[in-house]
Amino acid sequence: MFMRKCALFVLLISFNVFSQEKDPNLGQPATLEIIERWNIDVFPSGKGLPEGQGTVHAGKKIYKAYCLSCHGLDGTGDSADELAGAAHSLTDKPPDKIIGTYWPYATTIFDFIRRSMPLNAPGILNNNELYAVTAYLLYLNDIIDKNRIINANTLPKVQMPNRYGFIDIYQKKIMND
Amino acid sequence: MTGGLLDRRFFLKKGITFSVAVLASEPLHASTENYRQPWMEKPGEPFSNYGQPSAHEKETIRWTMGNSMAKGNGVSWTPLHDLEGTITPNGLHFERHHNGVPQIDPQKHQLLIHGVVKKPLIFDMDVLLRYPMVSRQCFIECGGNSNTGWRDEPIQTAAGYFHGMVSCSEWTGIPLKILLNKTILEESAKWVIAEGGDASMMNVSIPLEKMMDDCFLAIYQNGERIRPENGYPLRLIVPGWEGVVNVKWLRRLHLCNTPTMARNETSKYTELLPSGKARQFTFVMEAKSLITNPSYGYQLDKKGIYQISGLAWSGRGEIVKVEVSADGGKTWVEAELQQPVLSKCFTRFRIPWNWNGESTILKSRATDETGYVQPERKELIAERGKHGYFHYNGIVSWEITSKGVVSHVYA
Repeated sequence: MFMRKCALFVLLISFNVFSQEKDPNLGQPATLEIIERWNIDVFPSGKGLPEGQGTVHAGKKIYKAYCLSCHGLDGTGDSADELAGAAHSLTDKPPDKIIGTYWPYATTIFDFIRRSMPLNAPGILNNNELYAVTAYLLYLNDIIDKNRIINANTLPKVQMPNRYGFIDIYQKKIMND
Repeated sequence: MTGGLLDRRFFLKKGITFSVAVLASEPLHASTENYRQPWMEKPGEPFSNYGQPSAHEKETIRWTMGNSMAKGNGVSWTPLHDLEGTITPNGLHFERHHNGVPQIDPQKHQLLIHGVVKKPLIFDMDVLLRYPMVSRQCFIECGGNSNTGWRDEPIQTAAGYFHGMVSCSEWTGIPLKILLNKTILEESAKWVIAEGGDASMMNVSIPLEKMMDDCFLAIYQNGERIRPENGYPLRLIVPGWEGVVNVKWLRRLHLCNTPTMARNETSKYTELLPSGKARQFTFVMEAKSLITNPSYGYQLDKKGIYQISGLAWSGRGEIVKVEVSADGGKTWVEAELQQPVLSKCFTRFRIPWNWNGESTILKSRATDETGYVQPERKELIAERGKHGYFHYNGIVSWEITSKGVVSHVYA
């Protein structure tokens, strides 16, 4: 019995030693090249936006070719979400929660399209085309005029109508920065 | 005066009497001429490489709903009304995909951790398999689960096809803290953007504090490698928080000082209030429960004793109490909780009920370790309105008619 207790004691000690050294330390240093290639995150500040630019006019052509079949004419929605042409405000019943009424940051439009759209061929649009279709969606929502050029410098400056519409429940504060 | 609800230990106390009554009322097979059933008269089927459910259980399936133009964009529901216990079979775990299930070659899958760290690292899958692992049973619930509860009319569908965007598994994987510490975090690191390796490159921002607390990188689900539709080969598990942050096919963790404000943390997974403002970063899935048996679609044959069974869970910790009402909420009786009760995990509750054959309404109400009590639907709507879409956790009411038909009601 005593021997067994001793053995258990030794086992516990060795487990403690093991737990301090249990990380096998096998991660490889990530090169700048791979980080830059993989990291496509875009922030409201504009950080992460690539080079390139686009116009509303060019964006309309992109929209017709890649987006219209699911999002409908002028972004009014079909098998996929309504993107523009809100008939209701956020306090109406039912409300229209779309880019022009709900989305707080213009940079999110670029980021989401680059990541995920079009569904049948994500990644097919180049940066100029992405900026252009972003410009077109902002134009359809009456947020920019038709001559505005959208790029890494102008996109973060676009003031979205619902910029201050969110309450950060996690940090329990009104986001007003 | 409890609508026929019996002491939760009724079966234990009266077990023998009850069993005899059931046995005596059913003809014994031994009394028939042949003492063998047909399948006892010949050798059975051979061994199988991977077992499948009985052919008689083919109705126990996920209901799926994909977008007509993009079949991999949609959901499938766990048939909670057909299941018992607390573990969801892997093939029945709910799904929410934004652009289909990627067919990932684990030899080519890597995890990159970078951002405001001194030492960015990249891990191959075979390397991750050598790390120390932990196992934890926990539920994953989509933030949009039960969203038809906000509608004006109660939806008439099986419980799982209303509330089944929640499932519970034993997940096994590497505590994230181990890997994050190795990258040597900078002071300014406050958020982690997690990105999946699917066609939508789905990403969300998660507070670092939570990631260092109890998050882990799951490689196994209920003992086997995670199924493709649940994140093979690597899934981020964020215990108790809404499904969307439990990123499947995890490929990249980006340490930052602010959230990225991704589509799925701004335009979706936020809850619009009647004031026009919206709740954002509402990560925790609050306490919830529902009776799964009986529920919509069940038929009670005749008056007598039934065993009410259901599920409760809370993203804040352990369920401490589930009360059941068999008179539409006038009186409540505490149900038996299946042991062990685990934090942020499905908890099975059961209580025997003597139905008198009259119409009535069954409800369940969960309380968690923080003292939070699952609200009545009308209380939830008074606070949030009807257009928040996400995070519906109101009390569920099932009406039993005098004919034993079960339907969904708001009561």
